[in-house]
This record gives sequence, structure tokens and C-alpha cells, in this order.
Amino acid sequence: MGQTFAIIFGSIFISNIVLAQFLGICPFLGVSKDIKSAVGMGFSVMFVMILSSSITWLVNEFLLVRFDLEYLRTIAFILTIAALVQLLEMFLKKNIPSLYKSMGVYLPLITTNCAILGIALVNIQDGYGLFHTIVNAFANSAGFLLAMVLMAGIRVRLEEAELPESMKGLPIVFFVASSMALAFVGFTGMI
Amino acid sequence: MSLFGELRKGIIAENPLFVQVLGTCPSLAVTTSVDNALGMGVAFSAVLICSNLCISLLRKYVPADIRIPVYIVVIASFVTLVEMIMNAFSPALYSALGIFIPLIVVNCIILGRAEAFAGKNKPLPSIMDGLGMGIGYSIAILLISTIREILGSGSFMGVELFGSNFQPVLVMILPAGAFITMGFLFAAFAFLKNRKAKVKKGEVI
Repeated sequence: MGQTFAIIFGSIFISNIVLAQFLGICPFLGVSKDIKSAVGMGFSVMFVMILSSSITWLVNEFLLVRFDLEYLRTIAFILTIAALVQLLEMFLKKNIPSLYKSMGVYLPLITTNCAILGIALVNIQDGYGLFHTIVNAFANSAGFLLAMVLMAGIRVRLEEAELPESMKGLPIVFFVASSMALAFVGFTGMI
Repeated sequence: MSLFGELRKGIIAENPLFVQVLGTCPSLAVTTSVDNALGMGVAFSAVLICSNLCISLLRKYVPADIRIPVYIVVIASFVTLVEMIMNAFSPALYSALGIFIPLIVVNCIILGRAEAFAGKNKPLPSIMDGLGMGIGYSIAILLISTIREILGSGSFMGVELFGSNFQPVLVMILPAGAFITMGFLFAAFAFLKNRKAKVKKGEVI
């Protein structure tokens, strides 16, 4: 129980996936222009991350470790994730069109999102069991969702701010991210 | 475009990090010291050049519908090779870069060059393109890491620069420092670009 709580709190706040581990920066910069798409992206990542982390854990445990193929981990994981996202897209399109409508645009982007592969690899490196793998995937994607929503909320306000010409667009987003990262440093040492 | 032109465009005009804004994750994560950035730059360039060559050679045999999975397998194979070589010959660097070596697979620059260039061009221009982009990316992360290491640890490639009285700006090697360095660099490039446009119009000298 204690470890589960430590994983959840640690992954959301202390080593936030975006602001401390630098995974998933591309969607963090690209899809955070308004809150609605930030939330859509956040939940899509959560869904795919939990699913792909558990499946890659199974692949690792029952294929790679059993047949001494651990050196193929990178290839096996990226193929698993790519195939999973493709299947998910087809499944949602056919069976749950309403969900596909809100999530569909983000799915192809998620295949090459380093957060998904990154967390899948971290789970194996840290030696988590299946339950803690799922917990860790959930907590990390919740941290991603939190960072996305905070950033989108700030960016909506920034639209109306008068900025120097060179600061408009990406540069100011990096400065905002920097202040957010500093704020999250405050959580260090709580566990 | 000439072969030299293919090489040069990746360094300035189409710099993968500062102009195309691709591959931001590793450029923030591994730039705490110049050594790490150099290792990342070399590993990245090696994968990019090999995958560009391989994909260019395969371009006539890969059906258009399944080209992306094929590209990913090719890239992942080279990343695995680089991972093994680095683990064997430079274990310190391997553990410093950690998870960001396997994550070269999902670096958008490599897949982007495969899709935009190597899948359509002959092998030799593809190698030059990969070399140019690799050098451009390496220069960019070396620039970031130089700023962060000098301010954050007071050293350059591990050599102390300022003597014992220097108080390092610790925040520069924390995540916040990575974001703020990127912010200043992007702002500087935007400033230069805007200024160039104004000079062309004759507004400022």
C-alpha cells in the first residue's frame, strides 16, 4: 500500500513526466493551445499508456525474458505499441464512434510519443510487477494530463498578454514551463 | 540541389531543433553536461545516417501502405545496435543517457527525414541529408549544454573554469534550467529572424 501511494504521488508531482523527466514534450508544446484539446490529448495518452504498459510488460515477461531475447526490447516494444495504437484506432472507429471522434485525431500522434515508450521501458527497468506497472502508467499519465491542462490554462491567458515580438509563440511557452518546473521542484523530499 | 547543399541545409536553414522544433525531449534531458550532449549527438547522427541510407536503398521495394512500420523497424534495429555498442565501449555514458538512447527510436527527426527525404531520394543525397541533420542537431544540443554546464556547474567538459570561489547557478542543471535556456535561445533566434526581415524591408539598419 505504501509503495503504491509513493508511486502515485511521486509520478504525478515529484518526478512529473513532462516537467522533470522530459518525456512527451512535443504534445506538451504542440497541443496545449486550448484546454479542450489538452484534455482530449491527456485522456488519450492515459488510455494508451495504461494499455500499452500492461501489454509490453506481458510481452517482456512471457516472450523476451523467457526466450533470452531482452536485447530486442526496443524493437519489440515499439512494434507492440504501434500495432496496439493501430488496432485501437480500428476498434474505436467501428465500435465506439463517439469516443473515436474525440480521441481519433490524437491516436496517430501517440505512436511516436516518447512518453508511451519511455514509461513502458521505465516500468521494466525499475522492476515493477504487473500491478505496479499499471499504477505507474496511470500516475504518469495523470501527471501528463495535469501538466497539459495547467499549460493550456496559462496559454489561453497569454493570448491576450502584450509580449515582445520575439517572445511570441514558443519562447514564452518555454519560460512558462520553466516556472512550472520550478514550482514542481517544491514537492521534492515530500516522500 | 547539390550534395553539399543537402549537407548545409540541415545545419542552419532547416536546423532540426531550432527551425523545425523536432526532437525537443532529448535536447532538454541530456544537456546537463557537454559530454552527455556530445554522446547523444554522435549516437543520434549515427542512427540517422544509417537509417537514411537503408531506407533510401529500400525505397523501391517498400509498398507505400506499410512504409511507416518498415521505417520504424529499420530505425529500431540501428538504435539497438548503437545501444549495444555504447553499453560495451562506454558504460558511463550509457548509464548517463539512460532511457534516452532507446528513445531515439521515437525521435520525430529520424522518422521525419525517412518520410520526407530518404524515402524519395537516392542513397548518396540521403546520406548527406542525414549527416547535415545530424550535425545540425548536435550543434544545437552542444550549444544548450555549453550554456547549462558553464552556468550550472562552472565547468566545460568536466574542466573547472572559475576556481573555487564560483558559486554555480544550481537551477541551470535542474529541469527548470533546461526550459529557460531553450526559451532564451528560441527568443534569440526569433529576434534575429525578425531583425533580418526588417533589414530587408529597410526599417532598421
